[in-house]
Amino acid sequence: MERLSLNDLGLIIGISLMYAAPLMYTALGGVMSENSGVVNIGLEGMMTIGAFVGTTVAYFSGSPWLGFLMGGLAGGVLALLHAIACVSFAADQVVSGIAINFLGPGLALFLSRVFFDGATMTAPIPLQNKIPRPMNNLFTKGSFLDLVLNQYATVYLAFLLVFIVWFLLYKTKIGLRIRAVGEHPKAADTLGINVFRVKYLAVILSGVFAGLGGASMSIAVVSNFRATLISGQGFIALAAMIFGKWTPQGSMWACLLFGAAQGIVVYLGGTDIKVSSQILEMIPYVLTLIILMSFVGKATGPAANGVPYEKNEA
Amino acid sequence: MMKRNRLKFTIISILVGLLVGAFILLAVGFNPLEAYTIMIRGIFGKPKYISWTIIRSTPLILTGISVAFAFRTGLFNIGAEGQFIIGALVATLVGYFWNLPPVIHAIVAILMACLAAAIWAGLAGFLKAKFGVNEVITTIMLNWIALYLSNAIVFWDKFKRPNSEASQKILETASIRLPKGINFLGDFFRAPVNWGFIIAILVAILIRHILKNTTLGYQLRAVGFNSDAAEYGGIDVKKNIVISMAIAGALSGLAGAVHVLGVTEEVSVLAAMEGNGFDGIAVSLIAANSSIGCIFAGLLFGGLKYGGYKIQPAMGAPSEIISIVIGIIVFFISMPKLIEMLTTLRARRKRGGEIESK
Amino acid sequence: MKNVDFQTKVIEMKGITKKFGDFVANDSIDLTVHKGEIHALLGENGAGKTTLMNVLYGLYLPTEGNISINGERIEIKNPNIAIEKGIGMVHQHFMLIDKFTVVENIILGMETTIKKGSFDTKCIDIESATREVEELSKKYGLHVDSNAKIHDISVGMQQRVEILKALYRGADILILDEPTAVLTPQEVEELIQIMGSLTEQGKTIIIITHKLKEIKQAADYCTIIRRGKRIDTVKVNDVTEEDLAEMMVGRQVSFAVDKKEMNRGEVVLDIDNIVVKDNRKLNAVKGLSLQLHKGEILGIAGVDGNGQSEFLEGLTGLRPIESGKIILNGENIANTTPRNIMEKGMCNIPEDRQKRGLILDFSIAENMILENYDKEPFSKSGRLNHENIEEHAKKLIEKFDVRPRNEKQAAGSLSGGNQQKVIISREITNDPDVLIAAQPTRGLDVGAIEFVHKYLVEQRDNEKAVLLVSFELDEILNLSDRIAVIYNGKIVDILDRKDADEKKLGYLMAGGGVDDEKKQA
Repeated sequence: MERLSLNDLGLIIGISLMYAAPLMYTALGGVMSENSGVVNIGLEGMMTIGAFVGTTVAYFSGSPWLGFLMGGLAGGVLALLHAIACVSFAADQVVSGIAINFLGPGLALFLSRVFFDGATMTAPIPLQNKIPRPMNNLFTKGSFLDLVLNQYATVYLAFLLVFIVWFLLYKTKIGLRIRAVGEHPKAADTLGINVFRVKYLAVILSGVFAGLGGASMSIAVVSNFRATLISGQGFIALAAMIFGKWTPQGSMWACLLFGAAQGIVVYLGGTDIKVSSQILEMIPYVLTLIILMSFVGKATGPAANGVPYEKNEA
Repeated sequence: MMKRNRLKFTIISILVGLLVGAFILLAVGFNPLEAYTIMIRGIFGKPKYISWTIIRSTPLILTGISVAFAFRTGLFNIGAEGQFIIGALVATLVGYFWNLPPVIHAIVAILMACLAAAIWAGLAGFLKAKFGVNEVITTIMLNWIALYLSNAIVFWDKFKRPNSEASQKILETASIRLPKGINFLGDFFRAPVNWGFIIAILVAILIRHILKNTTLGYQLRAVGFNSDAAEYGGIDVKKNIVISMAIAGALSGLAGAVHVLGVTEEVSVLAAMEGNGFDGIAVSLIAANSSIGCIFAGLLFGGLKYGGYKIQPAMGAPSEIISIVIGIIVFFISMPKLIEMLTTLRARRKRGGEIESK
Repeated sequence: MKNVDFQTKVIEMKGITKKFGDFVANDSIDLTVHKGEIHALLGENGAGKTTLMNVLYGLYLPTEGNISINGERIEIKNPNIAIEKGIGMVHQHFMLIDKFTVVENIILGMETTIKKGSFDTKCIDIESATREVEELSKKYGLHVDSNAKIHDISVGMQQRVEILKALYRGADILILDEPTAVLTPQEVEELIQIMGSLTEQGKTIIIITHKLKEIKQAADYCTIIRRGKRIDTVKVNDVTEEDLAEMMVGRQVSFAVDKKEMNRGEVVLDIDNIVVKDNRKLNAVKGLSLQLHKGEILGIAGVDGNGQSEFLEGLTGLRPIESGKIILNGENIANTTPRNIMEKGMCNIPEDRQKRGLILDFSIAENMILENYDKEPFSKSGRLNHENIEEHAKKLIEKFDVRPRNEKQAAGSLSGGNQQKVIISREITNDPDVLIAAQPTRGLDVGAIEFVHKYLVEQRDNEKAVLLVSFELDEILNLSDRIAVIYNGKIVDILDRKDADEKKLGYLMAGGGVDDEKKQA
């Protein structure tokens, strides 16, 4: 086995960041929703529809940014359904999330067949129409810094979004209210806060972020949408959020960890080290189980997370 | 009264699902009536179609019962998918590697599959009981681990069928198919008709009996409804969580085994989840977590899926409309309050009307 | 009375009716309150006091009736309008967010934000908010620790935070819902003083309570509500406690419980120096010792949060005992299972009947076998015998007068009193040597309370032992033969009933005795 060179390390870090970014958007979506007290297991479905809409809009309009935004919007629309069920009709939030996970991929594949001649795979967007890499050509091709920093813009935006969500939740008025509603909706209600409106906002934003996560997958990491593109990443993001104890910064670290596992898988795939790729693919999930077992088990989320809030109950 | 409401509510949800599906088809330019006609013909058109529908429904009935059982005991088994994979894998391994006489071979393969899946799911139960880790998260993780584990084993050179993306076929002795050459009911027996459906019905009855008439069922339901009170009453809550998950796992493992031994006779390399377990969640929800109800919900679901696939070749309409319809059904089932509100609104209007008519 | 301005009616509620489905919670109630007055709303649990105040505060919309505030007729559709009109409410269960600081809780919903010129950044200005809160707390003499998190401060301080929350919103009318339920007698005194000084500064206070003594001490006027109807409004000085009680329950009540002379026997339960940890892994019970004799009711008095819950859970096997012994009928039962403890002769009426005592989705019959489902005649080799289970339930329903008389009814659909009857019938049929009764009458109406008390006394008269844990000092004083006071996880003193009175107990409950010991040492 050869020694790991600096460039190999750069390659692993670069790939890790690339794979972590879609997870970060989606996990931040989870942070928004669950801090307001709405469990969002439908992140997977929202991410899938975002991935499909993102790449499809980018393909037809030629604008990756429009595609990216539309991907977010599509996630937001699905999240609106989740909000209607969970906030207005006191639905079982997990069940509603399951429904979203049928609807998201169902709609994505259905529309893919409609728009792309019966194919469950969208046409690839041309290279020049992908999300740009702002630091392209800044460093020598293949150098350590190039491998690490020459990322798609969506990667940088993901980190920016971590900061924004953190600031929003802990420094602003609306953030205080979101957290209050997730902890003790009745207390917030008695202080004249419109619990339903705050929850709607948080859940819709959560879908927007998950949609952006999906789009960042389909117009940056790869160039099209296919049935297996998202499969499971929404759930991984959910795990990352729990892992990160429902905070944006914690979720970020967890996503980076999952990204790193992916980076190592890809790196080893390119070497002649004989490890079953199936076993490697398993690692992030096994890791999650072990970590959950060792210290996250006791961590609890917002006190009223998952509990429907109903006014006027005697 | 409650039960009747629940049934009404489920039927309304199903109708709304089909209606929304029709609108979506219409919106993209397909005739929904044509699509639904093709689906219905695709299910009932020939005896063979009916037998295929039953064959397709069988694993869904069993995963449905698995999820329903866990629900009844207060656990959410999202892991039916992974337990199904483990059951299918172990059934194939036993069916291929072991040499046993007919019937016994099949029974041993089924039991081993159930045992393996019970341990797999029991692990999630153990993690919840011991470390308080939410079973929703652990079972999701275990699903993916099961998928990759199954793939890794299928890739094992002693097991992989050369030049294919699948394992070796099970031995004839392990099969639970009905013997070939039965020639009545038209072409009903041309499909791989097997004992699976009968097994599923027996299991549904057994589970109902366990929950209703045994002390084990009493304990499990007590823990499910209120684990604090159960603990106070002297019931070992942790043990029951593990037992409940293990039984749920065995049921999903049985689904996988029945599917392999009766239909596919092999396991393939999986690129993504096939959805047998996730569909089981929907089946359970439609059945209001009743094991007998799962038989009907499973048949409905299997029919939708089997008949739904036929609209793609026949009229070019995307068969994924079925996922959307199912999504909508589950969506409405998640909000009993909505239907409740609609019915009380109607009742109020009716009452108002009566007063006016006086 | 000196502060009351009879010319100004700050609140006028007229013909307020509130229905939940077919249930009439408030039936055409009138209420008038003058400026500077302390007005008590008296009624039993479930009489409709809190509902009426929730209507006033905009949490519920009235089905009928109208409200005028300061002479202006308004519709209070939500708490925002109530707050705007100067109404503030302190709920019985504090509406505080544990993970937030005192300041965050107070400003929530009316956050001070950083402004850049005319532009509102929507970012919270925590410094100026803290300053405002501290000024307010100084002005009204309500001491709070502004940067502490709620879960770290005492219940008394939490209540002050609630009052400040209302004052921060400019409240002139304060509604206090059962404010004394969680306080020691001394803290109650303090609260009464605070109320006095608030009315001196022109505030008006409505206090919801079912404690007659406090009304006599603090209130100017009292409106009595029974079963959703207003019975009367009286000047407190003109009536006696007995009058108030009679109006509250609609008949004469005797406060005294009929008891035979105690026939105290040998020690049946010997708790020796036990230590139990709470959920945060801190010692909540710190070396508690106690002996319980046959034929007595031993009451444990104390303020909520002094280790009672942990003590009870440790005693009944629901929580591990770190050290010490629990000898029941000569055998150490510490750290065995709840089932074993039950079988050795100690049963329990749990503190929280809906959490621990009952499975609400189970039928009455199923609940009645919770501890014996795996024994004959209810089951045999793993199979339930539904016939015997129902027969057993029918008998108990008859004997304990559980209503409705339908063993198949879900326990969740019963009233609190009937739920408690189901639990008591189940526990008493086990014929325990020791019966633990934790808050056995919480939330029950007078009739049900009498029923529960009767059975506790009956156990004692049958020479069984009863351990009664209650936050209601009256209940402890009425029932107990001896009274132990728990403070900070220890029994600080045990008094014979004849030596105990409210003052003495209150002093001990507040840790008075402990400090004395320290001084002596």
